[in-house]
Amino acid sequence: MVVFDKPHALIDVPMHYCPGCTHGIIHRLVAECIDELGIEGKTIGIAPVGCSVMAYNYFNCDMIEAAHGRAPAVATGVKRSDPENNIVFTYQGDGDLASIGMAETVHAAARNENITVIFINNAIYGMTGGQMAPTSLIGQVTQTSPYGRDEKLCGYPIKVCEMLSELEGPEYLERVTVNSVKNIRNAKKAIKKAFQNQIDNKGFSLVEVISSCPTNWGMTPKKALEWIDTNMIPYYPLGVYKDRSANKEAE
Amino acid sequence: MSEKVLMKGNEAIAEAAILAGCRHYFGYPITPQTEIAAYMAKKMPKIGGTFLQAESEIAAINMVYGVSSAGKRVMTSSSSPGVSLKGEGLSYLAGSDLPALIVNVQRGGPGLGGIQPSQSDYFQSTRGGGHGDYHMIVLAPSSVQEMAELTVKGFELADTYRMTSMILADGTMGQMMEPVSLDFDIKPQIEKPWATTGTKMEREHNIVNSLSLVPEELEMLNFKRYERYAEIEKNECMYEEYKCDDADIILVAFGIAARVSKNAVDAARAQGIKAGLIRPITLWPFPKAPFEKAVEHAKAFISVELSMGQMIEDVKLASSCKLPVYLCNRVGGMIPDPEMVFAKIKEIANGGAN
Repeated sequence: MVVFDKPHALIDVPMHYCPGCTHGIIHRLVAECIDELGIEGKTIGIAPVGCSVMAYNYFNCDMIEAAHGRAPAVATGVKRSDPENNIVFTYQGDGDLASIGMAETVHAAARNENITVIFINNAIYGMTGGQMAPTSLIGQVTQTSPYGRDEKLCGYPIKVCEMLSELEGPEYLERVTVNSVKNIRNAKKAIKKAFQNQIDNKGFSLVEVISSCPTNWGMTPKKALEWIDTNMIPYYPLGVYKDRSANKEAE
Repeated sequence: MSEKVLMKGNEAIAEAAILAGCRHYFGYPITPQTEIAAYMAKKMPKIGGTFLQAESEIAAINMVYGVSSAGKRVMTSSSSPGVSLKGEGLSYLAGSDLPALIVNVQRGGPGLGGIQPSQSDYFQSTRGGGHGDYHMIVLAPSSVQEMAELTVKGFELADTYRMTSMILADGTMGQMMEPVSLDFDIKPQIEKPWATTGTKMEREHNIVNSLSLVPEELEMLNFKRYERYAEIEKNECMYEEYKCDDADIILVAFGIAARVSKNAVDAARAQGIKAGLIRPITLWPFPKAPFEKAVEHAKAFISVELSMGQMIEDVKLASSCKLPVYLCNRVGGMIPDPEMVFAKIKEIANGGAN
C-alpha cells in the first residue's frame, strides 16, 4: 500500500531550492490540489523571476516563464485565450508580485481576472542573494538594508492581502503559512479553494504564503520557521481577507 | 475587381487583423494610433474576440505574450513612447520564439516628443528594440491598402518564423483615408504543437521560456535563431523600384517619405534629370538586391527620412558605400515636401551637394 507518493502534477526531478526552503512544500501543495481537482491536463502555470523561476521544470502541466512581475498580465492573456477550458495559475515571489509587478497584480485583481495567484512572501530577494524586499520587515537586515530596514529611508513593508481587499474586484484573498503541520494543512485548503474558485468562474483568487528563507535570513531552517511565528505573523496576520462568495452566503 | 471601402490607415490595420484571424487585442491609449483600439473595442465583442485595455504598455505586451504562448494570433499597437515601454516584452517574445504582431504608428521623439508623424524609431525597430541579440520582421506600409495587406502578411510571417512582426507606420499612414480592398487570400493558420494549451494528459508538458543558464546552450539557441533570420533575409525581402532602371540619382524612402519621393522623382524626370526610387517594404530584412543593381549605373543615393538619418546607415551598408549617400530629412513631426526633395535632387545633379 502506498502511503506517501509524489503528486502526479509534480515532476520527479531534483529541485534547486536551498535546504530548509519552503518552496518545495508549497510546490507540493499546489501539485496535490491540481491532482485532487483532476485539472492537470488543462492547467497552464506561469513561473516568475526569482527563486522559483525554474518552477516550469517542476510542474507537469504546461508552463510559461514570464518576465519579472508580469505573470498576472501573461496569465490574463493565457486565460482569455480559452476561458471556458483552461485553468491558469501564477506562482510569484514578493519582489516579483509586490514590487516590480505591483501594477500587474493590482489590475488583475481589480479586473477580477479568473486566475489563481500563489504569492510567496519570505520578505527577501532570495535568487539575487538576499536584498531588501517590498515586504521586508522594519529593522530587517538584508544586503541592501545592512543597518536594518529604516522606514524613514525606504518606507514600510507592503501588506498585499490587506491592500487588495480594499478593491471591489478580487474574489478571494487569504494569507497562510507553512511552518507547522497544522499551518500546512490550512495552506492546502486555501490553495485548493483558490483553484476551485477559478473552476467555478468566481474570479481572482490569491493565496499569500508566508515562507522562510533560511539561507538569506541567516538562520537554521528550524529557527527560520520559528522566526515566521515571532516576527512575520505579528506584522502579516494569517486569515481570510476577502471571500466574496462566502460573504454573500452569510448575508 | 473587388469592392473598395474608404478607411483610415489605423482602421485598415484593425480590420485586416480580424480578417487574418486575430481575436485578441491588447492596448493602451496613445496618439496617433488610438483608432486601432477603438475599432477593436467595437468589433471584438461582436465576433467572440477579446479587446482589453491594459493598465500599461508593459501589461499589454505581456498579455500578448500570454495569448501567443497559447498558440493564437494576437496583436497590440502603440506609438513611439509606448513601444519603448514594450521593449522588455519584445525581447522576451524573441527569446521565447513567440509570434505576434506589433504596430508602431510613430510620432516624433525622443522622450514624450510630439504627436505628429515621424520615422525616428527606425533604429529601435530594425535593431530589435529591447535587450539581447534578436530581430523583428519590420514592415513599412506606404498606403492604406498596404497597411491592411502587410498586417495579414505580418501575421503569416510571424507564425511561419515564430517571431514578432512589426508594422512600422507613421502618424500620416495611421490617420489618412484611402480606398481599400479587403478581398484578401487568407491562408489557413499553421499548427503550433509547441503552444501551452494544456497537456490533456496526452503529451509531455510544453514550456514557453527564454531562460537558459548554460552558456553553451544559450549560444546554440542564438545560433539557431540567427539561422532562421538568415532564411528570412534570403526569402522575405520586399521592396518596390520606381524608375530605377536608368536612374542616375536614386532616392531611398519608405512610408510617407516614399509617397513624397515619388512626386519628386516625377518632377525631376520632367526636367530631364534621371531620378528613381527604391522603396524598402521590409526594413528588416533590409533589401540589398536593388542596391547591388543600382550601384552598377547610378551616381548617388538620397535617403529621404523623417528622422535625423537612420535608414541611411542601411543604405550605405546595402550599397557597400560604393556611391555617395545624401540625406534629405525633416524631423519632429515635419514632413519633407516634394519641392524640398526635388531641390535636393537638382543640387546633387548639378554636383553641388556636400
